[in-house]
Amino acid sequence: MNTALQGAAQTASKKPSQVYFFATCVIDMFSPQSGLDAVDLIERAGIKVLFPLKQSCCGQPAYTTGFSSDARLVAAAQLDLFPAPWPVVVPSGSCGGMLRHHWPKLFADDPVRLEKARDIAARTVEFSEFMVNTLGLDLSGASAQPVTVAVHTSCTARREMDNHHHVRRLLKQMPGVEVVVQEHESECCGFGGTFSVKHPEISSAMARDKVDAITATGCDALISADCGCLLNLNGNLEKRADILRGEHVATFIRNRLDHSSGSPNRLETSK
Amino acid sequence: MSVTEHIVRPEDFKLRSRESVADPKLRGNFRGAMDFLIDKRAAQFPDNATFTLLRKVGETTRKHALSRLPDLLDQLEINLQRLGVNVHYAENSADANRIFLEIAKKHHADMMIKGKSMVSEEIELNQAMATEGIECIESDMGEYILQIDGDRPSHIIMPAIHKTKQDIAKLFSEKIPGATYTEDVDELISMGRSVLRDKFRDARIGVSGVNFMIAETGTIALVENEGNGRMCTTIPDVHIAITGIEKVVEKLEHVVPLYALLTRSATGQAVSTYFNLITGPRRVGEKDGPREMHLILLDNGRTQAYREEKFRATLQCIRCGACMNHCPVYTRVGGHSYGTAYPGPIGSIISPHLLGLSGTRDLPTASSLCGACGEVCPVGIPIPEILMRLREAARNNSDGADQALRGQASARKMLEALTWKAWRILYSNSFLYRPFVFIATRLRWLTPTNQAGWTTSRTPLRPAPRAMRELLAQRNKQREKN
Amino acid sequence: MSATHLSDNQRARSAIFKRLREIPVSPLPAPDVQAYFRAQPTVLVQSSANRIERFITQAKSWRTEIIEATPGTWQEYVAEVVQKKSLQRLLAGRGTSFSEGLNRALGNKLSWYDEDLSEIKPILFSETDAGITTVRSGVAETGSLIVWPTHNEPRSLSLVPPVHIAILYASDIVETLFEAVSTQNWASGMPTNALLISGPSRTSDIQRTLAYGAHGPKELVLILIRDDVANTQARA
Ligand code: SF4
Repeated sequence: MNTALQGAAQTASKKPSQVYFFATCVIDMFSPQSGLDAVDLIERAGIKVLFPLKQSCCGQPAYTTGFSSDARLVAAAQLDLFPAPWPVVVPSGSCGGMLRHHWPKLFADDPVRLEKARDIAARTVEFSEFMVNTLGLDLSGASAQPVTVAVHTSCTARREMDNHHHVRRLLKQMPGVEVVVQEHESECCGFGGTFSVKHPEISSAMARDKVDAITATGCDALISADCGCLLNLNGNLEKRADILRGEHVATFIRNRLDHSSGSPNRLETSK
Repeated sequence: MSVTEHIVRPEDFKLRSRESVADPKLRGNFRGAMDFLIDKRAAQFPDNATFTLLRKVGETTRKHALSRLPDLLDQLEINLQRLGVNVHYAENSADANRIFLEIAKKHHADMMIKGKSMVSEEIELNQAMATEGIECIESDMGEYILQIDGDRPSHIIMPAIHKTKQDIAKLFSEKIPGATYTEDVDELISMGRSVLRDKFRDARIGVSGVNFMIAETGTIALVENEGNGRMCTTIPDVHIAITGIEKVVEKLEHVVPLYALLTRSATGQAVSTYFNLITGPRRVGEKDGPREMHLILLDNGRTQAYREEKFRATLQCIRCGACMNHCPVYTRVGGHSYGTAYPGPIGSIISPHLLGLSGTRDLPTASSLCGACGEVCPVGIPIPEILMRLREAARNNSDGADQALRGQASARKMLEALTWKAWRILYSNSFLYRPFVFIATRLRWLTPTNQAGWTTSRTPLRPAPRAMRELLAQRNKQREKN
Repeated sequence: MSATHLSDNQRARSAIFKRLREIPVSPLPAPDVQAYFRAQPTVLVQSSANRIERFITQAKSWRTEIIEATPGTWQEYVAEVVQKKSLQRLLAGRGTSFSEGLNRALGNKLSWYDEDLSEIKPILFSETDAGITTVRSGVAETGSLIVWPTHNEPRSLSLVPPVHIAILYASDIVETLFEAVSTQNWASGMPTNALLISGPSRTSDIQRTLAYGAHGPKELVLILIRDDVANTQARA
């Protein structure tokens, strides 16, 4: 067992028996398979996953556009959905950042809601972070089929959540996976919520450059832990008729675990 | 001197940025230049912990100074007057330009030699003096190149970054008498040097900006590599410095960490060639230095930013340019697209106070909120948060709790507000949201193929055939059966 | 200043102060710059070389030419530089601890900065090949020279001539700028002009290409007098 796995096994001891899963609107409507794969991996570790059916959205789209009172109401509708003290796993970095950092700000002048928001913020954990720090799944038995992987880290993961190392660490635990690094790796993919609609040419130029840099690596797979970025990157890849599609880290890991031989990745599109 | 001026306004940002994005040469120039600056800065802060520590000192210094701004300005003024410096306050550009004009007239000067000063760009000093028959000659090499081309700076630290050496070679051969075409940078620089030397020697008035002001000593600090700042503040008989009221710190020792942050963040240098501390005009018995010194302290919207705590952080800025170097938007659209003296992220958060939010309302939205600017800002300005606050202010009238921002709510559009209202109703009521998801996934084939800006470079955004909640329920049912 | 100006200035001043003072802003703590520099003496990890060696390495990185000399030989080195660079006319300040030595070493090539700038301007701008000044301190961290011009050594002396020859005692090298500012208690009496000089004048304004001699000196030569060690073998 390598040291990374030992570390994972140690931290795995504080595994909760249950977790809440807050898919948020992006995964629920646009990328459901990523959510299912994440749930599957969590369950493999013997944890029960609770999916509150009343959940919708973290409020980020309105919040970052300047409609924070609308965002507040949507976020407020989520506050009572996670009453037990279980971790709230969010499979997308930027939604996680919204819960952890911005919900408490949204309710700064509403003591009752503020307390709930703070409580949830403290329990919020992004999926890849949860995988590394808590699940401790043994990935060494995954498919050893050689595959080169480019990783796109969302800006939230990198700068707000400080969890951009987690995906790489998970990939390192799997045999046959070679990570390649694209040019300007740390630069934004150009999504930025409504930015992509308000300044489409700038956003598109950023997305194009990002996709150019990724495809230039010749990678077999593109992984991210953020479904917002993936929608942007995959929309771009599809439009330029490239066969590469980015996939959520949960999907990639689940496939490697399930297909210890055979094709390394199944194409998953956002269609 | 060329008088063709590029009329660029922040109102035209969308148009200009669209043009710039489509210009591969310009994008190439900026990408190359920004990568260069990013690498140089990174070499100065090899480990993030060291940077974080130093930044904390810088941030505390600026916050401390701003929290006592009126007191420090008072103290500064008293010390400057004791040294014999004329202190002028200017509420706006018109005030500042009038002060320049009065000083020029008093000294019968028809020419001023200028060191680099972004505040003088802000008040459009050159244009204002030109209408009065007074020539302001830029002496920073980059600024000089732009001036003889009738062009404007596109970066606050490297103003002529958008020009290639071929552009400059051609320009010099056309505009400098007796110059022949050469792409040799040393030769080009020495051409500029010899033209400007005569100006330094003959000018009655030298103009400079200011990087820091020190209240306890009445000192102004100038950071530069070329030596033109020293020339402008040493050779002419009169020195006029202009800066924003926010640039003051309390103590001399406070400037040391700020200086360390500034040069490292700006050009990736541990120090600049010159760090020039000026404490008053020439004293009795000294043989050189200006006999008369003026300091113009400009407001021009800064007090507006000061009044709201979130906006006040904007004034912490030490104008290093790191935020623009790291900004993926700036890198793609270049500095001219913004139509403001200060481009890039700092421009997008300061310009609304200088010019009003109505003309600049497209600037705060021109960001993916990726956070690269806030990450590198050496004084810890939370730029993305300020951008969000400005987006909000552009769309909502304040409830009266805070002071009105000029141009507040100017970007409010009925349709946009209604869209978000509808979104809010749908997403905050699960009895509406759940059927909505159900229907949206069933009717996914109805998704429009042209989705505003999204489909510019992407396939349409289309709901999945089944939502995660449904698939999960199906899966669970399946499991129960087995 | 005209009367209208005075009133305009009053109007602007009081409007600005009114806006600043109108809102309550609670004072925030001052930075503990001392503590920072005690814990974090230099921004970059320093090499194990001694202070003077570090100073030399850093100064050279800014293209400062360094000539190591001893208290007994520095004049010879100055004369040698002047000859090597074929400098015909030099300017220096009278009344410094180096004046006499310079006079001996350079003879009639040397003139003194005795007049007011307005009179010496033509000579300074057109006929002087190098200005010679003393240096108050060196800064090891960044290889910088701290120069405080005086009535003897005016500020244009280190600025206008194409070559700047500076003379520094090695024992005057401090670790950081902060050390100089704090231990020498600058704040209690700032000169009209205090300078930190790191290398010759430079610019990267043309396509990021570094070029020297933008507006200030094209060359900076430092005569470093090694008074720090006994019997130093000065290296040229
Ligand atoms: S906002 Fe920060 S990074 Fe940008 S110019 Fe100002 S100090 Fe530098």
